[in-house]
Amino acid sequence: MVKIEDYGEYETAWCPGCGNHSILKCVKQALVEENLEPHQIIMVSGIGQAAKAPHYMNANVFNGLHGRAIPAATGIKLANRNMPVIVESGDGCTYGEGGNHFLAALRRNINITLIVHDNQVYGLTKGQASPTSMKGFVTKAQPNGTFSEPLNPIEIAVVMRAGFVARGFSGMPELLVQLIRQGMNHEGLALIDVLQPCVSFNKINTFAWYKSRCYQLPEDYDPYNQEAAFVKAGEWGDRIPVGIIYKNDRPSFDSYFPINKDGPLGYEEVDKSALKDIIDNYR
Amino acid sequence: MKDHVDMIIGGEAGQGLVTIGEILSKSLVRAGYHIVVNQGYQSRIRGGHNTFMISVSPNPISAPPPEPYSKEFDICIALDETTALQAANNLKSDGLLIYDEKFGNMDWARSLKIPYKEIATGIYENTAAFGIIASILGLDPSLATEVINQTFSRHPESIEANSKALMNAFKWIENQIAINDLANNRLVPCDARVSRLMLNGNEAIALGAIAAGLRFYSFYPMTPSTSIALTIASYANRMGIVIEQAEDEISAINMAIGASYAGAPAMVGTSGGGFALMVEGVSLAAMTETPIVIALAQRPGPATGMPTRTEQADLEYALHSGHGEFPRALYAPSSIEECFYLTAKAFQLAEKYQSPVFILTDQFLADSFRSVDALNLDEVQQVYPGSDPSDVQVPYLRYRITDDGVSPRLIPGTSKHLVVVDSDEHTEDGHLTEDEVDHVSCIKKDGKKEYLSIRRKMVEKRLRKLEGLRNEVIHPIYIGDHSPDVLMVSWGSTRGAVEEAVKQLRQSGVTSAMLHFTQVWPLIPESFVDYLQAAKSVVSVEGNATGQLTNLIRRETGFLINKSILRYDGLPITQRYILEEMDGLV
Repeated sequence: MVKIEDYGEYETAWCPGCGNHSILKCVKQALVEENLEPHQIIMVSGIGQAAKAPHYMNANVFNGLHGRAIPAATGIKLANRNMPVIVESGDGCTYGEGGNHFLAALRRNINITLIVHDNQVYGLTKGQASPTSMKGFVTKAQPNGTFSEPLNPIEIAVVMRAGFVARGFSGMPELLVQLIRQGMNHEGLALIDVLQPCVSFNKINTFAWYKSRCYQLPEDYDPYNQEAAFVKAGEWGDRIPVGIIYKNDRPSFDSYFPINKDGPLGYEEVDKSALKDIIDNYR
Repeated sequence: MKDHVDMIIGGEAGQGLVTIGEILSKSLVRAGYHIVVNQGYQSRIRGGHNTFMISVSPNPISAPPPEPYSKEFDICIALDETTALQAANNLKSDGLLIYDEKFGNMDWARSLKIPYKEIATGIYENTAAFGIIASILGLDPSLATEVINQTFSRHPESIEANSKALMNAFKWIENQIAINDLANNRLVPCDARVSRLMLNGNEAIALGAIAAGLRFYSFYPMTPSTSIALTIASYANRMGIVIEQAEDEISAINMAIGASYAGAPAMVGTSGGGFALMVEGVSLAAMTETPIVIALAQRPGPATGMPTRTEQADLEYALHSGHGEFPRALYAPSSIEECFYLTAKAFQLAEKYQSPVFILTDQFLADSFRSVDALNLDEVQQVYPGSDPSDVQVPYLRYRITDDGVSPRLIPGTSKHLVVVDSDEHTEDGHLTEDEVDHVSCIKKDGKKEYLSIRRKMVEKRLRKLEGLRNEVIHPIYIGDHSPDVLMVSWGSTRGAVEEAVKQLRQSGVTSAMLHFTQVWPLIPESFVDYLQAAKSVVSVEGNATGQLTNLIRRETGFLINKSILRYDGLPITQRYILEEMDGLV
């Protein structure tokens, strides 16, 4: 049996009270409950405080460039479909710098779990507005408040019929563990946008702010109903729904490729006689 | 009869000019001739003025056909009126113009006005045009039929009409031979019908990659690199390759690096601005020490530049692409064969040194169909990703400091060892580090503290791999007289033209030679500097405006090449261009 200790415990660069601590613990717990050993998982991240998370656990890690975790994870999954791949990065990395890749991932529906630490602010660079910052959010870089409307990743994902769209909250860890597990077991892209406080740079959307608003979707909520999902996805303000907002069972991107399923593609022998035929066709 | 013919087919995009050109090229190769093709086209689907130029000879050739408007062509096939009206600019004084009678009468002495409407109907006029030129060159009608049937094998309903158009064309020419003095356009027959391949540079790069074990290719379409992707895509299912058109070039290279990390030999192909977007990925590959092959088909810049023309102006850019300092290798194939073998070798090198390796070509070579003797698969070794997990020292450290700088690369998931890679500077286990005094080895022997010592060690470890790359360099080739009056220095796709220019100079009594680079980085001065010093006059020949290899040679050797023949008008360097520029230079 896999134990949480197998995933190790490391000193982090995060502030005390940061939502990252809880999310990291939930990821480890979900992996333990899935009975996966550290070498049986690939963690992929970009750059940002959230993207450091894979360094604080035992796992295979690909810590790539800012905004580029999704493309790297896509390549990894296509190269070895046996390996579960989890992407962990922040709202700036995923929705800002990596915005185009986020849209493409929703379209592709590649079988990876995308956990976005969403604290509505840039932490690593010390407090600038992020794509999910609320309108009017004042920072040193946006002294007059942000002029742009915030990006709602859940609405976008529902509109684009992403395979699995969920919202979590770092202050509801039991639910988050279950969302991660369900996301990992979903055949296709699983987006889990996790609301979390930034204790240093976001004095508006605090732990208490989220805590008083986040509520769990009722048991009879049907995530397969896209129209209902639109309504829930747009709900923001006094009440914020958490749970699986939308789901469908369309085939995952990687399932379309007629390729070997067992292990890294590079271990396959090149079919030289087939290639010889191909070359001969140039005569 | 002729032992060398230069032809130009001109017309609007969408008229089937490339189809005629390819069918004709294929027929010539099947008949045993050698060909070199240059394609000139524009960024449009219909209209404009496009050209398909073929040099053909029973003897081996490697130099490109003359430029359009050079008055150097023997035959001009005008599919549109514009081309017909330009005959005087394209043809030698005794050159033959072939045009559609619907253009009216053309003012050119040796011309053939073709009543296409009598010979064929509608869509089969292109087949008729092919028949006309095949017949004039003296090709066997049965061979022409065979190629046509093969080309249209997916449209069996059209085969009869195509054959009919072809035969009518041959018959029509037969009747014309006497009156129009056409016999002297025939090619000297080939001794034997040797079976050769016909490929362009991009096709050869794709096949070389597949032969080496390519399993992942990602791209964003960009001329002139796109046909690498198209070639791979057409064989992907059969050869077990994942190919993906990414949302942008940034994604393409990051995907490829991810795939390579996870155990799929990977390549990306791009050009100009697309490569500019990939550059952060080059740096990522270097820092994570992940193998990647980058095919860069150059086109004139800056910015969008001239999308469909050729240039050799990204040598310095590729060499310095990516922030930070790290080793890399740059190949610059000069022939179709080299496109194949060097691409395959690039995979070996990328895996062995866990570094980015470049294939630098250009639009001319990418689109240039040529006759190729053979591509020998036995000469290509398959690359296997990573090392054997049972061989690694425990604890496994992805970035273990080693003498040659190469650390054991394991593929994640294939053993209990954890494979941790990071774009941040990292410790030997792959985890990021930014501590001022590193915890691993901060105390030197003399008791002094060394700040960020792991940073220093990692920089040096990565750079040590350059030594290995240096040991495997393909040295430049030297052809011609020893201690010549004129030594031409060139790289990449220009070789054919330079070699031909040297040949012609030597025939005219000037001792001359060529020093040609097919690997432009790393450079090993000891392998070529003596040649430079022995020559009376050294002239660099490059397809750019600033002499990029010239500058690099000076930087690496101190040797100043102060004469240069540069071309940056978007056309390939030809022997005629070199010889004209040479006048007054030496």
